[in-house]
Amino acid sequence: MTFVRTHRTIATVIAFVLVYAVIKVLNLAGILNAYYIQLIMLVGINIVMTVSLGMVNGFTGQFSIGHAGFMAVGAYTSAVITTVWLHTSTTNPWVGYPVFIVAILAGGLLAAAAGYLVGAPSLRLKGDYLAIVTLSANELIRTVIRVTDVLGGPRGLGGIPKFTTLEVVFVFAIGSVVLMRNYLFSSHGRSMKAIRDSEIAAEATGINTTRQKVFVFVFSAFFAGVSGGVFAHLLQFIHPDNFSFVKSLEYLIYLYVGGATSISGAIVGPAIFTLLPELMRSLQSWRMVIYPLILILTMIFRTEGIMGLKEFSFILIPQRQRKEVSV
Amino acid sequence: MGQFLQQLINGIQIGSIYALIALGYTMVYGIVRIINFAHADIFMVGAYMGFFLAPVMAKIFGGAFIPTIIAAMLITGLLGFVMEKLAYRPLRYKSRLSALITALGVSIFLENFSAMPFVFGPNFRKFPDLIVAKNIPIPGSLGLSISNVLLLDVGVSVILMVLLFWFVNKTLIGKQMRAVAFDKPTASLMGINIDIVISTAFIVGPALAGAGGILYGTTYGMLASPFLGIWPGLKAFIAAVLGGIGNIPGAVLGAYIMGISEAFATSVNSNLGYGIAFAILIGILLVKPSGLLGKFMPEKV
Repeated sequence: MTFVRTHRTIATVIAFVLVYAVIKVLNLAGILNAYYIQLIMLVGINIVMTVSLGMVNGFTGQFSIGHAGFMAVGAYTSAVITTVWLHTSTTNPWVGYPVFIVAILAGGLLAAAAGYLVGAPSLRLKGDYLAIVTLSANELIRTVIRVTDVLGGPRGLGGIPKFTTLEVVFVFAIGSVVLMRNYLFSSHGRSMKAIRDSEIAAEATGINTTRQKVFVFVFSAFFAGVSGGVFAHLLQFIHPDNFSFVKSLEYLIYLYVGGATSISGAIVGPAIFTLLPELMRSLQSWRMVIYPLILILTMIFRTEGIMGLKEFSFILIPQRQRKEVSV
Repeated sequence: MGQFLQQLINGIQIGSIYALIALGYTMVYGIVRIINFAHADIFMVGAYMGFFLAPVMAKIFGGAFIPTIIAAMLITGLLGFVMEKLAYRPLRYKSRLSALITALGVSIFLENFSAMPFVFGPNFRKFPDLIVAKNIPIPGSLGLSISNVLLLDVGVSVILMVLLFWFVNKTLIGKQMRAVAFDKPTASLMGINIDIVISTAFIVGPALAGAGGILYGTTYGMLASPFLGIWPGLKAFIAAVLGGIGNIPGAVLGAYIMGISEAFATSVNSNLGYGIAFAILIGILLVKPSGLLGKFMPEKV
């Protein structure tokens, strides 16, 4: 069981719980209103999306730009199960939550299956083709949703019960980040980094590069699908346009500005860039002009992203950083 | 049969506009290997230039179309040059992906800056009539007609494409561009100034997109918002990949395939028309990963 490695797992959990406690106290004290809580929940979902994208893009050196497509698969699958088939509601949480959990896991599995369909043929190729195939797959998934009537088609799917609370987001974020963290610092993670640094050398040392790449991609798509499920039950209304390639590009921005080669970067990036437009609210329409400028300047003056190769100490013991981290 | 021909004609028309945008993607990709996401927004700037310049040009020159398209091409070419200088050049020798994120940043900046009320404004605009649209019936074909806008679209793009082929194949800088696209380090050892070649690609590509923007405005008669470039840009990019990215005839071929298949699929269902491009692309890439006319380059150890 490579997943059940305890070192730093507990530290990561404690760090997340502390953040949760602070937010909850601020919420109860009336400093953070419902709007900010909603925003923080989005940050949590974006963190999981970005870390899962980072597994493929940052750690394996592949280039996927269609992550929102897998998110859409998860969102629609889970929403159809809870809303269209079973008509669950939040009034009876003892029935609702088990259904919700099964639904988001089903969404994740279906997204993983979609990930396999996209990844298995295209990861054999090198270069930018994965990027283009994932981008196309993202838009193709969106088109399929648009023409499928049971999914609401171009009208969107509404009336989804609001199962996603702050607690749900935190449990989900902790679980996903810990799972992905432990995978990335296992021997599989080391083969991923070997593939990133030199695919030919990795192959020569006996790593089955195609299998490793496809597995990471499917694993990553699974988390994107689960995030989609959590996202759908937060917004309560989903529309195919929520999951266009523009959304995928947003996650790329979070990842590369935070620092693609570290988990900490994939946590910092979405946290800053989800909150930044809100913090600049007083600038009104200027904020969407300043936001890309910050992005460009960050990339020019700190190309490796905000965190670069550094990890927070709750993710990786500082003494091990030199050993684990490679360029 | 009449329906079939009409869709074919529509497809060729939209394909011509895609081709002009796709050429810019493919040139920039061929030389610097980045997907220039901001290219779609340069197309948008070109279209808006038509809106703002056409009345001025009509006053100065009497006729609007030719001076407007030339002015728009000059302005978008300049914009491409400045963009490369400020945003991409500092990242030239760093990670390719950071250049891609910068391109995204430039794209978001151009969209939102253009949407400011004192720039282009966020609202719908009616595109001025650069030429008087009229339908010319085709003799001997049962009620089929061709609009003069269509002839203009196809004519202008064919002229620009021929000029581009001449530029790339016959001029010295064009030869240098091909050399740089083939092998950058060797080309620079042969005394080619890489900076000039890259700048040229970032002038010529955006200028073509600017012309595409004018044609887009003339064809549809309206400009929805400064975000209008995103989807035509994406389609054109897909077209460039379909034909083999980095390959100039490939981009044109891809754009016409894309335009025609889209016109046919749209006549069945508008959502299908949108998605067909991606299905075709995935299908072709699975069979021929380098695109229709692209060359496969094996990786050397």
